[in-house]
Parts: sequence; structure tokens; C-alpha cells
Amino acid sequence: MKLRFDVNGQAREADVAPRTTLCDFLRDHLGLTGTHAGCEHGVCGACTVIVDGCAVRSCLLLAVQANGASIVTVEGLADGDELSPLQEAFRQHHALQCGFCTPGMLTTLHALLSDEPTADEERIRDVLSGNLCRCTGYIPIVEAALEAREHYAKKQGSKAG
Amino acid sequence: MKLPAFEYKSPASVGEAIEILAAHDGGAKAIAGGQSLIPIMAFRLASPSVLVDLSGIPGLVGITIGEADISIGAMVRWRELEEHELLRSACPLIAAAVGHIAHYQIRNRGTIGGSLAHADPAAEMPGVAVTCDAQIEIVGKTGSRRVAARDFFVGPLTTCLAHDELITAIHLPPWPVNRRWAFEEFAQRRGDFAFAGVALHYDERSDGTIEDAHIGVIGVTPAPRRLAPVEQILNGKRLNDNLVAEAAAAASAAVEPQDDIHASAAYRRALVGTLVERALISSAKRGRAS
Repeated sequence: MKLRFDVNGQAREADVAPRTTLCDFLRDHLGLTGTHAGCEHGVCGACTVIVDGCAVRSCLLLAVQANGASIVTVEGLADGDELSPLQEAFRQHHALQCGFCTPGMLTTLHALLSDEPTADEERIRDVLSGNLCRCTGYIPIVEAALEAREHYAKKQGSKAG
Repeated sequence: MKLPAFEYKSPASVGEAIEILAAHDGGAKAIAGGQSLIPIMAFRLASPSVLVDLSGIPGLVGITIGEADISIGAMVRWRELEEHELLRSACPLIAAAVGHIAHYQIRNRGTIGGSLAHADPAAEMPGVAVTCDAQIEIVGKTGSRRVAARDFFVGPLTTCLAHDELITAIHLPPWPVNRRWAFEEFAQRRGDFAFAGVALHYDERSDGTIEDAHIGVIGVTPAPRRLAPVEQILNGKRLNDNLVAEAAAAASAAVEPQDDIHASAAYRRALVGTLVERALISSAKRGRAS
């Protein structure tokens, strides 16, 4: 099927079989391998991407279901070589070790904090319950998220102003 | 873990969707949010030849809160239910239960109609529907019908929905102002399916006695259901420690949980009692406005 998307600000077109998940489409058709395929049945959260502003599991969404959508993957967070404030906070807090879960952690937190820049630690922990990390542990990830909040609050403030 | 091949259809109306479903004699399956169906297909537990995507059909979305009826479109996603302020005050049990459903990313996609049609015995929303005497609106080739939630769920992953029928909406009666409520469940990890869960509400008369108790359970019966013996114990009495203990014991006795790799039947039976106890205690503090 012929599909059109906006992926990280670029218009993309593709012809894919209906059974292709959005995760496989991003990785195999667009070469955006930052999105990681982990469990492939909606448990681990590594494949999380942002579709029309909402964090979703890209292994549980068919590419055809996202036809016409605006998609942000982990590749879309940084500005060129400059890390986003959230990514910089991850670096400062050593919030990643092997890095497999990191794309899903970043996209999930980016969606959350864009919507809720004042999310408290309990809310952040609740949301991150959908993302499994098997090496770093969650404490530095939560610390990084808490620190990054002020950048999202400023961004929202400047949008409102 | 790649999905089996299928044909994809995106009908523009309920009628068109039903025609496609009917034409494939059970080989076609409707997909709403897909948060249960896609993993099932990944595991090859289902291999429909055609997927009928309901997301392009207008009229299946929206939440309407009227004097006599709360109506929720089948394609309403969990996130909308969580964030809907009017619904939170009209029927607070829904938002409380939705908070236990899976995870943030899944609540952004999963739909109420999809959960009802999937009918997992441990799923929250079927339990709330049964507890609250919801009616499920179904459309098929011959028109629409409404089925009481207690009759809709037949067993594990089994409903009375025919292969060429669709859920279009769920209807709930409005709540009186003196209604008290609670939702409690226990899962091993946040977002997992619960070992057991309890949804309850009752109306508190001016003299403090309980009227019209509805006590529903999930995860410990083949399909969600209300526990009449527990409701009978509560009705007409004032909530106190003895009554809570009596209700909890009756709840444990009223369910028939199974042993499985996660927990023994005896554990689940005890758990239901504990959850009824917790729910009754917390209900005393939960009115419609709080």
C-alpha cells in the first residue's frame, strides 16, 4: 500500500505490505534504526515513537494505521549534532548503559514532558513503567527526566507567551 | 514475531465495515486500537485474512454525558477517558480503573470498544461495565441492539458479538450524588494484567446505610461478574469493621479462581477478600466529587 508520513519533519512516501509494523517500517524502509525492536509484542517500550504528539508502541501499530501521521523518532530529538535538553540530561546523569532501551525512554519522556512539563516524580515513574531497562536501573533515568522538566516548561511558557 | 500476512481495509462507515466482516465468514477481524489484537497476531494466536480498520469511521468517537445516559463511543481511547473532566465527575470509577490499564503508550492507542470486544477476564473495563450495569450498543446487518454487559461477556475472550457485528458505543446510567465507589486491583508489576480486581459502588442513604451495592470482580471468574451474596450482605447496613470483614469473607467464597503459573487458586481467593476490604474502606472517602 502507498503511504505518506511526515517523519522528523520530512515528508516520506513508501509502498509497504499491510502487515508491516510502524517499527519495522521505520527501521527497514526508512533506515531509521534508532527505534529499537525489542519484545515486538508491546511489553518492553524500546520501540516507542511519537505519532501525532502521542507516545505509542511502534510494534503495536501497523504502518498503514499511521498513514498521514506526523511521526517523531529518537533521531528527531537532537538539533543536528546538538543534543536536546532531555538527551543532555541523560548524558549528565548516566541514564543509559547499553542503550537499548534509551530511544524508547527518550521518546516517551519527550512526549510526556511536552504535554506535562510539571509532571512530578510519581507521574514520571508511572509513565516509565511501560519502558523496561535491564542495566542502568531507573533512578538516573528519573533524575534526568526531573532535571529536563524546566526546559520543557520554558518551551511551553514561550509558546503560550 | 512478525505478523502473518493479511489484507487491510479501511471502511468509511459502520455499514461498510459490517459488509466486509460478513463477506469473509469469520476470516475478517475488526481492528480498533490494536493493542491486544496485534500481539495476538504476532504470536499467531489469530491469523485473520482481512483486517478492518475502524479508525476512519466517523461516529464511533466522542463522550456524551446526558441527564439519563452516559455514552462513550467505541473508538474512544483510554487517554481520552482519563482526561475527560466531566466524565470524571459523572462516573469517577471509569478514570480510576483506566489508570490501571497497561501503560502510558498503550493508553494512547487502546480503545474502550476494543477492550470490551477482546473480553480478557482480567481486563478492567469489562469489569467496570458489568459493575455499573452498562449497556453495550452493537450494530449488525439487521440493525442495532443493546446488550447488558452482564450478558455480553460469555467467558474468557468470548462475547455474544457475532463475527459480522461491531460495538459502536457503551452506555452507562448516570450516578446519583450520594454514590460512593472504589476500584482496587493487584498486579505483580505496574500495568500487568491483574491477578484480581474489584470495582464497586453503592449509594449512601442519609442515615448512613448502604443501598444498591454493586460489587464486581475481574481476574477470578471466567468473565467479569457481580457478586450477589456480597451485595446482599452490604445492602441496608452501615459500613463498619465487622461488615467489611463479613463482605470480604463472602467475596472470597463467591469466586472460583483457577491455579496457574502466576498464583494459586487459594491465593487469588484470599486476594479477592483483601481487595473487597480495601475497596470498601477507601469507598467511605470517595464520593462523586472527590
